[in-house]
Amino acid sequence: MTDSILVLLETTPAGALANSAAGMISAARTIGTAVALVVVDGERTAVVDGAVAAGAERVLVAAGDPTALTGPVVDVLDAAFERVSPAAVLIPHTVDGRDAAGRFAVRRRLPLAMDAVGIERDEKGVLARHSVFGGAFDVTSASTFGALVVTVRPGAFDARAAAVPQVPVETLDVAASGAPAATVDQIEPADAPSARPELRSAAAVVSGGRGLGSAEGFALVEQLADALGAAVGASRAAVDAGYVAAAAQVGQTGVSVSPRLYVALGISGAIQHRAGMQTAQTIIAVNTDPEAPIFAIADLGIVGDVFAVVPQAIAALEARRS
Amino acid sequence: MKIVVLVKDVPDTWGERSLDPETGLTRRGDSDHVLDEINERAVEAALTHADAHPDAEVVVLSMAPDAGVPTLRKALAMGAHAAVHVVDDALRGADLSLTAEVLAAALRRIGFDLVVAGNLSTDGAGGALPAMLAEHLRVPHATSLSKLEIGDGEVSGTRATESATARVSAPLPAVISVTEALPDGRFPTFKGILAAKKKPYETLTLADLGLDADPARAPWSIMTAVAARPPRAAGTVIVDEGDAGERLAAFLVENRLV
Ligand SMILES: Cc1cc2nc3c(=O)[nH]c(=O)nc-3n(C[C@H](O)[C@H](O)[C@H](O)COP(=O)(O)OP(=O)(O)OC[C@H]3O[C@@H](n4cnc5c(N)ncnc54)[C@H](O)[C@@H]3O)c2cc1C
Ligand SMILES: Nc1ncnc2c1ncn2[C@@H]1O[C@H](COP(=O)(O)O)[C@@H](O)[C@H]1O
Repeated sequence: MTDSILVLLETTPAGALANSAAGMISAARTIGTAVALVVVDGERTAVVDGAVAAGAERVLVAAGDPTALTGPVVDVLDAAFERVSPAAVLIPHTVDGRDAAGRFAVRRRLPLAMDAVGIERDEKGVLARHSVFGGAFDVTSASTFGALVVTVRPGAFDARAAAVPQVPVETLDVAASGAPAATVDQIEPADAPSARPELRSAAAVVSGGRGLGSAEGFALVEQLADALGAAVGASRAAVDAGYVAAAAQVGQTGVSVSPRLYVALGISGAIQHRAGMQTAQTIIAVNTDPEAPIFAIADLGIVGDVFAVVPQAIAALEARRS
Repeated sequence: MKIVVLVKDVPDTWGERSLDPETGLTRRGDSDHVLDEINERAVEAALTHADAHPDAEVVVLSMAPDAGVPTLRKALAMGAHAAVHVVDDALRGADLSLTAEVLAAALRRIGFDLVVAGNLSTDGAGGALPAMLAEHLRVPHATSLSKLEIGDGEVSGTRATESATARVSAPLPAVISVTEALPDGRFPTFKGILAAKKKPYETLTLADLGLDADPARAPWSIMTAVAARPPRAAGTVIVDEGDAGERLAAFLVENRLV
């Protein structure tokens, strides 16, 4: 069985390596030789160096076309698969990654394992581990035969691999398949990366819900997050009410997080919200309603008004620090 | 214009959802099954277009067991014109590859200008199916649209990813998927529910589509282990008596969380 694991790394619209890269490469290294694949339109050096620094053992580089949606990336994946014959292909479980994985799996007639939170290998092949129904079930999946295409949940792999010396870097020249693609007419990078940790991989998350009452009220969530060095999350009701951007939504149809600490402020704890956070190690909830379902899973539940409890907590943390 | 909306019958997220530890399949008896909320939005998007374009036809398509009939009926009651239901015992436990192959074959048979799917289903949450269908059908895909405009020969919209927001467009025929930023589905009216009973409802088997589920034909993805996690227990609940903020801070310190 081949030892290579092909890892598609994402780049940001500005052309930098995405944060998911290091975790993906270290995951690949635990089951084989990590062959990083980067698709870049502009300057390559920084991205290739980034992949090497993150522990890639071989790097393939190809040109992309940012004006065509997904198509060019799939052509590159196909060419890289041909060259490497890997045991598995790892792709980030992101909007772009899912599309690339889906098209590529159909083109090569390979089975797909979506949203893996763990990856292993036994004598029969590669196994993907999944957290299903909001963390209520752990499921393992595999291919009946041959290579498996795995989309990997960003933030699920926090191990880091050490760089290795003398990494071969190869350029892939890829003939376009001509598969029809949508056109990207215009692209705006998401909000400037904030100083806060990224929600998906943060060790601590402070989330706010409808109980914050307004966008101004929601600032309290950000203040506690900053006091704890935490990422900011939200319930769908808070997103729908416009208190915060949709990217902050935690839950069934938002981001799934498994931080060491999750603080839920003014969130009732509907089953769909819990589906995205109940695997956190420690959960703290503040809610005025003693019957709120969030208390059924909180390690520390506080029946109280966030506008009284949270400022006092921030002051106490600051006092301890100084 | 013919719009086909892909609808999925899923266990209701409001209930306890469970997997059979032996087969790894969803245990249907344990929870109610419903039309996935994201697909209600997809149907709504198609119907909104049809409201303004009387020549538009909206067909709903689902691959589901017999028990999935009410899901398709609901979409008809909302206002879709016809339903196609692919049902076959051999599809029990079908993986994404087989599902995509089957739905693509059904779409070829139905014919389409535009296919509308949800961006992620609440049970599988794979989110790869729309792009898989586009590859099978050799048409463009535009996925995760949070704004949508359906034109005569073109579909366009706003596509938000983790790192960017883009304006995208594709000539028809195309496959798109929509996000929950789109409006909620309309409620079926009493009249709609009655009318749904008379609308065309076609049932197709694998053989009708010229397919089979032979495990030797191609590699599939299979579940090799399933385990339930123990449910989480509640800890301490305190009522604020004026010092809960300090107690919160103390809890963080004691548990080395700051
Ligand atoms: C298919 C589907 C998918 C969904 N996906 C998601 C998802 O991904 N994420 C998600 O979050 N939801 C999701 N939902 C929605 C979910 O069902 C709930 O509607 C939502 O989580 C409620 O958000 P909330 O707790 O902020 O609001 P509410 O349920 O309105 O709760 C607000 C809480 O704030 C408390 N409160 C009010 N004022 C204060 C105060 N001053 N101090 C303290 N507490 C206060 C109230 O007691 C109440 O408990 C989904 C629903 C469906 C059907
Ligand atoms: N069995 C199915 N029948 C019809 N449509 C489906 C089926 N499975 C998935 N879909 C469609 O594909 C979308 C994304 O599903 P998924 O890839 O499972 O997250 C869903 O919202 C549906 O629109």
